[in-house]
Amino acid sequence: MSNMLAIAHKELKGYFASPIAYIVLGFFALMFGFFFYSLLLFFDRGAQGGPSVNVNEQLIRPVFLNATVIFLFVLPMVTMRTYAEEKRSGTMELLLTAPLTDLQIILGKFLGAMGLFAAMLALSLVHMAVIFWRGNPEPLPVLTTYLGMLLMGGCFVSLGLLISSLTRNQIVAGMATFAVFLMLWVINWIASFTGPTTQAVLNYLSITDHLDDFTKGIIDTKHLVYYISFIAFGLFLTARSVDTERWRG
Amino acid sequence: MIEVDHLTKRYGTVTAVDDVSFTVEKGEILGFLGPNGAGKTTTMRVLTGYMPATEGRARVAGFDVADQSIQAKRRTGYLPETPPLYTDMTVRDYLLFCARIKGIGRGDRAARVKAAMERTRVADMAERQCGKLSKGYRQRVGLAQALLNNPEVLILDEPTAGLDPKQIIETRKLIKDLAGDHTVVLSTHILPEVSQTCQRVVIINKGKVVAVDTPDNLTSRLRGSESLFLQVDARGADVAVELGTVDGVTGVTVTEARDGLTALEVASQSGRDIRRELAAAVVNRGWGLLELRPMRLSLEDVFLTLTTIEQDAPAAPAPTTEAA
Repeated sequence: MSNMLAIAHKELKGYFASPIAYIVLGFFALMFGFFFYSLLLFFDRGAQGGPSVNVNEQLIRPVFLNATVIFLFVLPMVTMRTYAEEKRSGTMELLLTAPLTDLQIILGKFLGAMGLFAAMLALSLVHMAVIFWRGNPEPLPVLTTYLGMLLMGGCFVSLGLLISSLTRNQIVAGMATFAVFLMLWVINWIASFTGPTTQAVLNYLSITDHLDDFTKGIIDTKHLVYYISFIAFGLFLTARSVDTERWRG
Repeated sequence: MIEVDHLTKRYGTVTAVDDVSFTVEKGEILGFLGPNGAGKTTTMRVLTGYMPATEGRARVAGFDVADQSIQAKRRTGYLPETPPLYTDMTVRDYLLFCARIKGIGRGDRAARVKAAMERTRVADMAERQCGKLSKGYRQRVGLAQALLNNPEVLILDEPTAGLDPKQIIETRKLIKDLAGDHTVVLSTHILPEVSQTCQRVVIINKGKVVAVDTPDNLTSRLRGSESLFLQVDARGADVAVELGTVDGVTGVTVTEARDGLTALEVASQSGRDIRRELAAAVVNRGWGLLELRPMRLSLEDVFLTLTTIEQDAPAAPAPTTEAA
């Protein structure tokens, strides 16, 4: 546990020692602020038309669903260096010859990246505070939305770690991660053109599809199982990838 | 303290280390010598638990590096060929992180880091970012990292690479001081370094151990006969003839004749000291004996001889693979 936190702490400090953390946080703040502002304008216009407005359904939910697209761009930047940089600079040798297990290293890196992701997500609390101050939304769907966001971020981070562990070039890791994220994003676009079985599979694979219920305030075990098993599988493959690196040299 | 038992490591079809066995006693400094690509780094990486062996076993401080790797790693300090530094951390932060992952308790860390920095003389750079250090400092910060947990076994891959002559002397002295309490394995391509710092030498070539012995034994073992070097102020041919008649001399070679001075190499029967007779022979003829000393093979000669013998052996691989 202590070892894992040591790695997580080092990772998180590394983000803030380089420009990465500031670019990620700044980009998120800018884009989330823009989404929030423009959707607030739409909401405002809608609210003047009729009495049945729901701030959860018509403002908070669309803001977060739109915001997920930001993750697509920033998370590859967060994960691309995790393993690639350690391998390139030779510090992998330090970690692998220290009395640490591979699992402690992997979980530490996962936690470190999740820490930055959570910090980024925390910026949106400002906007939520404004809504709670001026409006009257239900708190529960907001909480489940954050839970869903963290789980989805976890999937991206675990996949990003895996891809970073496969190369020693950060740019390659970043681009490949972005490509895979994008593919998982859009994979169900063609779902309606395929047979019922394929359609079900494609819809299930799409990483964003599982987020929908969370934003409505529903915690469905189906989606929990999807996200958690996705994260675990990604970390497991990362462990295998690091292990084969040892064999290959 | 270190037992390496029939260790083999293959990368795909390439055999980097081939059936290597040796042991290192507690408190000893063992030098690992070999041309580039001989398998020194690979052997060290197996010993530190960085990579598993294909065949064979290795034990460090009584723990198998594969099956009890965490216990073995706790007792090992390792300086890889490239010092494993995080470029955006300061030297102090880096060493504090290393201390933490090596399991040094929170209360001890600052003191251990300070001690290691002082020992390796990097304390003046404590607040400098590792990425901005010169090569010599990087090397020494890497060494400080290896010393942090006061390990029983130190494995140093070319510890003096990139240092200036003064730093090399300091580092060698440091390594010598460490022996006794610590068992040290170091690899190097600088041959005098081995004779100056190491008690025993393992010469490795193409993945195979070609010799394990003390530097002195290695040099004397390769001398079939004793050789003496003489310098005499007389004509070469006369001296050679005269000295050839001395009892016990098996051969005389004139190596240099210039300005009335002659340098010779005199070979004698093994185990016989003929210096007295040679000196008498020279002086009796009225010549001046300017120099007389036993010739020793340098470690370079030993090294070249051993690694060349290996190449000429019938078991050596075909020339095409040698070139690769």
